[in-house]
Amino acid sequence: MNPAETTRIRVVLPLHLQRLARVGSEVQVDVSGSVTQRAILDALEARYPALRGTVRDQATGIRRPLLRFFACSEDYSHEPPDAPLPKAVAAGTEPFLIVGAIAGG
Amino acid sequence: MSSVRILVGTRKGAFILTSDGKRAKWEISGPHFAGWEVYHVKGSPVDPNRLYASQSSGWFGQVMQRSDDGGKTWNAVGNAFNYNGATGTHQWYDGTPHPWEFKRVWHLEPSLTDPDTVYAGVEDAALFRSTDGGQTWNELAGLRTHGSRSQWAPGAGGMGLHTILIDPSQPERIYIAISSAGVFRTDDAGKTWRPMNRGLKSQYIPDPNAEVGFCVHRIAMHPSRPNVLFMQLHWDVMRSDNAGESWHEVSGNLPTDFGFPIEVHAHEPETIYVVPIKSDSEHYPPEGKLRVYRSRTGGNDWEPLTNGLPQSDCYVNVLRDATSVDTLDECGIYFGTTGGQVYASPDGGDHWSAIVRDFPPVVSVEVQTFS
Repeated sequence: MNPAETTRIRVVLPLHLQRLARVGSEVQVDVSGSVTQRAILDALEARYPALRGTVRDQATGIRRPLLRFFACSEDYSHEPPDAPLPKAVAAGTEPFLIVGAIAGG
Repeated sequence: MSSVRILVGTRKGAFILTSDGKRAKWEISGPHFAGWEVYHVKGSPVDPNRLYASQSSGWFGQVMQRSDDGGKTWNAVGNAFNYNGATGTHQWYDGTPHPWEFKRVWHLEPSLTDPDTVYAGVEDAALFRSTDGGQTWNELAGLRTHGSRSQWAPGAGGMGLHTILIDPSQPERIYIAISSAGVFRTDDAGKTWRPMNRGLKSQYIPDPNAEVGFCVHRIAMHPSRPNVLFMQLHWDVMRSDNAGESWHEVSGNLPTDFGFPIEVHAHEPETIYVVPIKSDSEHYPPEGKLRVYRSRTGGNDWEPLTNGLPQSDCYVNVLRDATSVDTLDECGIYFGTTGGQVYASPDGGDHWSAIVRDFPPVVSVEVQTFS
């Protein structure tokens, strides 16, 4: 992909983050260059500053332990943050899903 | 016409309760930040419509909220709490060194003079300050770099900085308390700090002159007499008459001197309140009777206040930040419980009634008075 190319990515958010960002269940963000977890989350936080620190720790950049990243029915949570995501995500045909663990009371 | 606004933080959101000065009928708004833990909500004393709230979650971490209209609307502000300089280590439960890790904001203390300035006490223990209405936070690192820090250890609920008291007569003087390190005081607006724990005793600390290591649960002062401090220690109710330089016990005739909150009457600096809890093993009232105890003598002589409070089969707790007073002519006192009740007494504790009975567990209660 051309590093300067901008791609519109679909991102599905859990309920609490929808409310925090005051958006619906799915948002779209523009990502420049390679479509990776880090690039998507950088774009998401830039577009919705209220989400900073809620998906990944602000100091370390590490994914919060009770959140998972899915795309195309696969769990990408343990993939490196700079690894390219599936082409269907980069093409905007499939969303990148941020999912909260079903746990707690 | 006078009115009262109560800011309630719970395990599942924040609520705002309002009443006129009679404090008999209440309107309830909320939950705000539904489903999130709200450790504390507090308003600026110089601009009461400026509110700050600490919203957190095991899933999504720490979020800070600010309202400029008394809680009708809220906006997320900055939530980057980065320790200043080297992170350093404190003592872990097993005695080994453990690095400082930010977990959440326990307590918010707005400045007495500037609505854009607010202090935040956090876990792992540190004091942060914002001077731009919560957009950015900077650590007052002189506290966490105190020479005793390697001996600080978390209490059962974590190593939280839970109390911040600003001396209204000299705002450069601030007291903080950490579980379980103890009380510290600065006289230079946070640059340098001294432990203020002389006279505190713990059965697990053999050294009678230990500088730190005390599980202070709460301290309180009356603004007209800032050199007098009251403390609910883990066990023991304590008093200092010299700005924390030394403490002496005033538990007196309390049925148990374990508890969490301690509060001072708005107009009577020698009238104080505690909620005795059976023990640190059983966090509920003795005999299943929910009793607030009042001393009109600054401690030692205590009377139970029971009118309107459950006197059988009550097994709730009252957490350290869950009491507050209003400043109307007849001082009202309020507290929330882990059972979801918020109780109010419009007459200094003589008569109580529940404003609500079925909230989520109450973590904090703050009262704003409009006269």
